[in-house]
Amino acid sequence: MSRRVLMEGSCAMAEGAIQAGCRFYAGYPITPSTEILEYMATRLPQVGGVCMNAESEIEAIGMVWGAAGCGVRAMTASTGQGISLMQESFAELANAQIPIVAVNMCRGQGDYFQATRGGGHGDYRFIVLAPSSAQEAVDLIQQAFHLADKWRNPVMVMGDFLLAHTSELVEFHTPDEPPLPPKTWATTGAKDRPSLTLSPLGPAEKLSTNLAASLAAVTQKHPAIKAAEVRVDTGWTDDADLVVVAFGFPGRFAKYAVRLAREQGLRVGYIRPISLWPFPAEAVAAAAERAKALAVFELNAGQMIEDVQLAALGRVPIHAIGGISHDHSGFGVGPALTVDNVLARIRDLCPRAAA
Amino acid sequence: MRATVTIDIELCKGCALCVPVCPPRVLIMSEPVNRKGYRYPLLLEGCTGCELCAKVCPDYCFAVYREPLPARDHA
Amino acid sequence: MTESLAPTPSMRKVFDKPELLLNTEHSLCPGCGEPIALRLMLELIHELGLRERTICVAGIGCYTAFPMIMDIDVLQALHGRAPSVATGVKRVRPDAFVFTMQGDGDMVSEGLQEVLHSAARGERITAIVLNNGVFGETGGHATATTVIGQHTKTTPGGRSREQHGNPIKISELIAQLDGSAYVARAAVHTPASIKLTRQYLHDAFQCQLEGRGLSFVEILTMCPTDWFVAPDQGPAWLEENLKQAYPLGVIKSV
Repeated sequence: MSRRVLMEGSCAMAEGAIQAGCRFYAGYPITPSTEILEYMATRLPQVGGVCMNAESEIEAIGMVWGAAGCGVRAMTASTGQGISLMQESFAELANAQIPIVAVNMCRGQGDYFQATRGGGHGDYRFIVLAPSSAQEAVDLIQQAFHLADKWRNPVMVMGDFLLAHTSELVEFHTPDEPPLPPKTWATTGAKDRPSLTLSPLGPAEKLSTNLAASLAAVTQKHPAIKAAEVRVDTGWTDDADLVVVAFGFPGRFAKYAVRLAREQGLRVGYIRPISLWPFPAEAVAAAAERAKALAVFELNAGQMIEDVQLAALGRVPIHAIGGISHDHSGFGVGPALTVDNVLARIRDLCPRAAA
Repeated sequence: MRATVTIDIELCKGCALCVPVCPPRVLIMSEPVNRKGYRYPLLLEGCTGCELCAKVCPDYCFAVYREPLPARDHA
Repeated sequence: MTESLAPTPSMRKVFDKPELLLNTEHSLCPGCGEPIALRLMLELIHELGLRERTICVAGIGCYTAFPMIMDIDVLQALHGRAPSVATGVKRVRPDAFVFTMQGDGDMVSEGLQEVLHSAARGERITAIVLNNGVFGETGGHATATTVIGQHTKTTPGGRSREQHGNPIKISELIAQLDGSAYVARAAVHTPASIKLTRQYLHDAFQCQLEGRGLSFVEILTMCPTDWFVAPDQGPAWLEENLKQAYPLGVIKSV
């Protein structure tokens, strides 16, 4: 059964998470993620879940660690600064192979490196998904819980201020998930089974100290995740001279600008990575084969452009057409984030246009 | 002999915490060393089975045995 | 031991290693007090029939070597972070028996905020701190509970108030918060103090089973290695230095 409602992006994501079985949330108020905490505080107890307003971001992720370590679907949300605080725990959650979902409601798009390179220490990766609408955010956060459990790896969903605060029509349904193995690794009390340890520092078996093997298991998953979990949205790339690459809500602006450019006779296409890790390198490489140039629109000083450059491997020039853009609030909805601006930057790169 | 202890001398790290807590003073540290290179406790006659050596030992070396109490012991 | 002192067939074994100890070998120092505290925890969990319900949340310190020999589920947390992890566990599994095992460096230095907030919230967990006044695992550095005059590698002339500030009496701090229901301090340097530790741990566990609030036991332990004394001098050093700064007893019980 599904229902369509008008909801703010943040609230829609929170509801989507609950319908995917999230039963524990711990967070700290920080703009623009706070509405998720507020929504969870009211809604989670209604479904028998627990919402904690933790006293710091570090404690919030600690609580999520505890709940998830017991086998419960658990999540947190914050913005860049708060995500920075959580990094030690993120890295070690990945080493312990504990599934969690973390939402970064970004201010601007300057947290791309933090999310995709693993902002903490060590050789881990989060799966990172970037929605560009409230509906997509609902779908992706539900996928996030499934992917986290499937791969025993944390998953991050990247939103931003506009996604958080724009109300759109969304449709909810309990996701139809492929079956997952039982969480036999979780610490639930040693009933009817041998006791176990759940640790980033070593294996689950008692009396064993094989740290090398347990750490190797963390990174050995990466090629398989890369092969299976790429998500990308592309359009008009077959005959495009210029392909615009953009993610998240700004990706939606870029897509619209590309459509207008097409209406004006310009041969432009777009690639909107939905999974930022694993990055859709094949799609970008394919576009680089055919196009004359790529343009990267991102609201930062140049981060995703490096992944675009890596994928294109020097085949075509790559232009940065975004940049840091803030209004006085600092929350990342600056003057560069308009369709007119993106279209103007596209036209700068395509001087020849039909009337 | 009303009580005694067994001592796993290879677990011992020679801390000697057991020696002064033994009320009848029947533990002395050895001259030879175990495989780890530590001296270990030797038991003399007179153990009362009070368990204090076992309770202070950080390396779980001791097991304690006692004769059951006459008549009153129902266990 | 000569043949004639071996147990006779009529003798009963009255004391053995804990049922829930998977291996008697561990890598902690000669004369370390932490394994004594571990023995008491494991004995009590077994006696109270809690093994199948217990989830221990371990911090990071010398005692991080223990989870692999404890026959209970252990969720390993990061340095200082056990209280928040234990909060998450107990909130989603209120029927579990949840306790933290942390050192003074872990709880009172790195993780002071976490344990205070967990106590204020009255989380129904038992927080256990093994206090030897030093960061043992890193090789002997000052913590928030290092006592005045104590020599460590970062207080080379002895801790001084002017230069290094004052130690924190964590049990008294916890007792001030309304969510703490049982707070006690014991030690493992003498048979009498070991007996006290066992009693306080028992009462703290009982406090959790009755759901009265956060229960807290501070256990002073010997660390002769980082106190720069011989192993058999650990108990005396504890009595003369650590125990003078941190008196034993039940500080709160509501």
